[in-house]
Amino acid sequence: MLYLKQQDYEKILEHCKKGLPNESCGLIGGRKEEENQYVEKVYLLTNVDASREHFSMDPKEQLAAVKDMRTNGYEPLGNFHSHPESPSRPSEEDKRLAYDSKANYLILSLMEENNPVLKAFRIDEEKNVTIEPIEII
Amino acid sequence: MKATIAGVNKEIAEGTTIAKLIVDEKVENAEYVTVTLNDDFLDKEAFETTVIKEGDNIEFLYFMGGGAF
Repeated sequence: MLYLKQQDYEKILEHCKKGLPNESCGLIGGRKEEENQYVEKVYLLTNVDASREHFSMDPKEQLAAVKDMRTNGYEPLGNFHSHPESPSRPSEEDKRLAYDSKANYLILSLMEENNPVLKAFRIDEEKNVTIEPIEII
Repeated sequence: MKATIAGVNKEIAEGTTIAKLIVDEKVENAEYVTVTLNDDFLDKEAFETTVIKEGDNIEFLYFMGGGAF
């Protein structure tokens, strides 16, 4: 189970809405306790592709986020990005570019204006996708 | 010689290049890795020729991207 604070969910949602019509992205850091993972901080990064169909995280912002996680004692838990016009599920490109089977890949679908859908996924080395349950607390 | 690798101060051999460090550190999925040396991003072509110096700070980052289709 992945636990995400309500205010962090709202940060992600606001960042992704502000980024429309393009995809938005970011990182999540926190702590792990056995099977549970707790998001302690979300990092709102720039999609340097500035595209509605692709995203690439700004490497400099990524570096700053990694350092901040280290400073705060957080572990990298994964990343998030939005799908402005498609469902919350990893695309073929998402799967191809997923390198870390332990990471949580959060996808926020904004295809229905008043019904944002956030889901988390794991993607293994064979590119099999499983859903990681999220609880917003 | 001491250098900081991903936030950890480590002893590394004189003459170690970035390419050798990637192997020595068993960096996973090395083809996706981006390296910063003292906060400067290195071109992949420079991995073989860049020799680490005393006090250098090296970070490994992974390209993160995707798409809708």
